[in-house]
Amino acid sequence: MSLHGRDLISIRDLSREEIEAVLAAARKMIPYAEGSKVSHSLEDKVVAMAFFEPSTRTRLSFESAVQRLGGSCITIADASVTSMRKGESLHDTIRMLSSYADAIVIRHPNEGAARLAARASDRPVLNAGDGAGQHPTQTLLDLATMQEAFGTLSGLKVVLLGDLKYGRTVHSLAHALALFGGEIVLSSPPSLALPDQARRRLEHMGAKVSEQPDIRKAVRDADVLYVTRIQKERFGDESEYRKVAGTYRIDASVLADAKPRLAVMHPLPRAGEIAPEVDDTPHAAYFRQAFLAVPVRMALLDAILAGGPKGG
Amino acid sequence: MAATARELKLTPIKNGTVIDHITNGLALEVLRIIGATTLDKDSTVSVALHVRSNKLGWKDIVKVENMELSPRKVNAIALIAPTATISIIREFKVREKRSVDLPEKIVGVLHCPNRNCITNQAEPIESEFDVTQRRPVILTCVYCDREVDEFLPYLA
Repeated sequence: MSLHGRDLISIRDLSREEIEAVLAAARKMIPYAEGSKVSHSLEDKVVAMAFFEPSTRTRLSFESAVQRLGGSCITIADASVTSMRKGESLHDTIRMLSSYADAIVIRHPNEGAARLAARASDRPVLNAGDGAGQHPTQTLLDLATMQEAFGTLSGLKVVLLGDLKYGRTVHSLAHALALFGGEIVLSSPPSLALPDQARRRLEHMGAKVSEQPDIRKAVRDADVLYVTRIQKERFGDESEYRKVAGTYRIDASVLADAKPRLAVMHPLPRAGEIAPEVDDTPHAAYFRQAFLAVPVRMALLDAILAGGPKGG
Repeated sequence: MAATARELKLTPIKNGTVIDHITNGLALEVLRIIGATTLDKDSTVSVALHVRSNKLGWKDIVKVENMELSPRKVNAIALIAPTATISIIREFKVREKRSVDLPEKIVGVLHCPNRNCITNQAEPIESEFDVTQRRPVILTCVYCDREVDEFLPYLA
């Protein structure tokens, strides 16, 4: 099914086949993302970046994706300078934006904000993270990174490490891994464990899910170690944050028993979870992961706004 | 229809609604849902608590004169007391009797338990849940995806 004109709010909006199609298109976008080829597929399009929460990577990679495809952006990078400060609802802000742009990319601190935006807008809406909820484009670039490293997504053993409670990237990613029949190992401090609801859903999809709080044991036969940041802003209580922060750190000694091809991934920014010494090992996949954000978002925007790749 | 001595514990009503087979102890919540303390019409509400029931062991009954319930109120009752039945009475006769079936969507009846959900912010939208499981009932917030299996604390 074509993505043309569709919203992307949750990774669950995409079937396995649609995910595979986006990843295939993203691979073809790499030379365009690097600037060695030129595309004009969004030449006449304006994409609104509605960022109501701070973001560096996500917003810049979306903006880069639009511009690499020849389109242009209008951007809200700081909600405090918009009329929302005067009490305008998100609903009205989005309604207005949808008359200025051909698509809207939204990040917002409240869960469900992207769904609201999709209903308020008659243009396609892409969710770039809503609170502790969904972040589907991050999932797609995570999958692109794994597929590039291993040539496949089937049967990978992936350790999800860190904040599995509030980390929005892991909820979306775990769902996608379950679609591809991966094995998921959960490794987190007890207070940041994956919510029961999320785990039940994965098991209901037939995913093999286990827990291994000991990081060294968890990475021993894993293909991917997916590390997340413990996000201070997700904690209501700072003392809970302090208790947990810094309880895990990936360095060369943790990876000593890992498979040579283990890929260490991180949605970035990191806050001490991965020691800089890992950067120079073949395990470090997180900078490649950050780069792949651009071709993946290009493939999505191209599919949603221009109907996807034309011809081979 | 012959009234049994047990049913006569509540006065028969001429016109209105009888909510029977309410889970024992939940009549007061049902009164809250139907807005029994703020009725502005000529309407007497009578309540029987802890009534012997063949089906349930014990049950509560609520009768409201001169009032038929909106679909939203019926949905709210269905969530907290799924065994309830609703009878519409006209001229002392039961004109319609049905159990409280949940529709596929529940709109405007519950607050989302996720305080960070966009439906709990100052936005011009109503809460909306899909009924994702029926026995026992589980609702899923259409906006934030939160599953809800406990309804009383979140009635709007």
